[in-house]
Amino acid sequence: MTVLVENWNYLVVICLMMGGLFIVISQNNLVKKLVGLAIFQTSVFLFYISVGKIAGGTAPILKETGDLLYSNPLPHVLILTAIVVGVATTALGLALVLRINAGFGSIEDDEVLAMKAEDGEVRGRRGDDTGDQA
Amino acid sequence: MTLAQIIANLPALVVAIPLLLAPVAALLPFAGLTWALAVVGTGGALFCAVMLMGATAGGKSFSYALGSWPPPWGIEFVVDPVSAFTVLVMAALAFIATLFARTALLAEIAEADTGKAYSAWLLACGGLSGLVMTGDAFNLFVFLEISALSSVILIALGAGKDRRALIAGYNYLVIGAVGATFYVIGVGFIYAVTGSLNMADLAERIPQVPQTTVVMVGFGFMMAGLLVKAAIFPVHVWLPAAYAFAPSAVSALLAAIATKASLYVIARVMFGMFAGVPDLAGFAAEFILVPLALAGIFLGTILAIYENDIKKLLAFSSVAQIGYIALGFGLASTAGLAAGFIHIGNHALIKGGLFLAVGCYAVALGSRVNLGSMAGLGRRMPITTTAFLVCGLSLIGLPLTAGFISKLYLVRALLEADMIAVLLLVMASSALSVVYLWKIVEVLWQKADGEAAVTEQPALYLPLWIVAIANIWFGIAPAPLVDGAQRAAMYLAGGL
Repeated sequence: MTVLVENWNYLVVICLMMGGLFIVISQNNLVKKLVGLAIFQTSVFLFYISVGKIAGGTAPILKETGDLLYSNPLPHVLILTAIVVGVATTALGLALVLRINAGFGSIEDDEVLAMKAEDGEVRGRRGDDTGDQA
Repeated sequence: MTLAQIIANLPALVVAIPLLLAPVAALLPFAGLTWALAVVGTGGALFCAVMLMGATAGGKSFSYALGSWPPPWGIEFVVDPVSAFTVLVMAALAFIATLFARTALLAEIAEADTGKAYSAWLLACGGLSGLVMTGDAFNLFVFLEISALSSVILIALGAGKDRRALIAGYNYLVIGAVGATFYVIGVGFIYAVTGSLNMADLAERIPQVPQTTVVMVGFGFMMAGLLVKAAIFPVHVWLPAAYAFAPSAVSALLAAIATKASLYVIARVMFGMFAGVPDLAGFAAEFILVPLALAGIFLGTILAIYENDIKKLLAFSSVAQIGYIALGFGLASTAGLAAGFIHIGNHALIKGGLFLAVGCYAVALGSRVNLGSMAGLGRRMPITTTAFLVCGLSLIGLPLTAGFISKLYLVRALLEADMIAVLLLVMASSALSVVYLWKIVEVLWQKADGEAAVTEQPALYLPLWIVAIANIWFGIAPAPLVDGAQRAAMYLAGGL
């Protein structure tokens, strides 16, 4: 139990990670899926930063006086990169959702899928592409 | 910059040329101009790849420190027989797909979008080469995402023809991002116990780590993420729709090179990074990679038999073919790795060629290509169809084609590993692949039709024929490809 209390930050990571992944899998709404994805990725940021943190450690800046207890800066740098990647992913995902909404008139996965199946049947029979230009 | 400096910087240039030209392509005004830039970008990368292959002759390897920060602190690009072979295969096919794209892409997307399309195209090529060249575990994640995001854009561009491309792109984005994040979680665990991100450094440090559970968990997360990216069964679900609804030229590019880079990374992680813990890598190879590969081979082949849409059919077939590569790697022997790398090269030629041919059909018909609309095309488009047939026979593995060489080396590796049951299953699946190919050939040649001949454009069928001839060339004289793959396998298996 004390292990869990002392490592509460990792507990938060696990909860966010599982919650985020669950939302990605279970949600029907395409925007909510992206929100889940963002939560999932954020949990990883927290994980990296927790790994690099030393209790009582400061920023790694050299000072004249004595030894310095500092936290590892590398995970922070890595996570800066990962945040940029996460922003790009979310932005591209939302842009796609906009286009999907314009093309299908819905962002509910099951409704879109139903229309998609309809598309397949109709186009398969006619063998042409005279449908909408989404 | 002098010539000597250029040669010294080749490992960086193979990635940097396409990446740097990508934003320029987005700004240029004319479709022809952006295409020329894409040709320069992929052609430059191909030139670098050829030079790198020459530099690694005789099993030599060297490292390139980006920004002159020495490894293990800085990011390192690794040039060895494994990465040089893979990057050469990918650069060659990317160049041919770019030649094809000029006419094919314009036929399927709006002219105003071509600049942005070639920008994403170059980013995808650069990102995938980076994936192969990098020797840094976290840098690999960045290239993974560069290639994934640009691929999503390219796939979604198919929406001009068929709105389902948007869904395919969205699904690939979400599934791909989850996969890449799994990989990063794994890297985090490994970093926590080793304090290093450099792959060569990690290979030395991992066996010394006392917390073997953490290493195991990290390895598991990394592999799970990479399996998604390589589209190995059962996490292949994004692939069929992505290849089916993307513009034809994009399907050809992605089918030829995209999953190959991830398969290379799987081999690199299992037999390079985790070479020091052979029990772990061996377990993953024997009890995860081999069964999943076999399941993928059968599921992909059977789904292809029942599929009507040609691009989707070929995509299902890709799932099966990726299975053959994974099966080779799963044997965890030098012969198995060699078989895997040979099929990386040959499958890029086979599936690249088939998707190029389907692209020719799609442009000529102006619509999706399915078994119905293909009727009688053999007579109306003989040049394209002959090339399609050559690549198709290579897919089955007929002697004198590249596909036969792949099967031959895979069978040899299986015999060496004494896996007769698996060997019989591979034979059976090969026989099944005849079924779906025959289904297409039947429609192409046997049904009579009253329609006029279609004009075949040299700009479309010449790149296709380059690939088709390569399929025969590497079937008759396989030495260059087989030697390269075997050198790669021996280099990688040094740690086995």
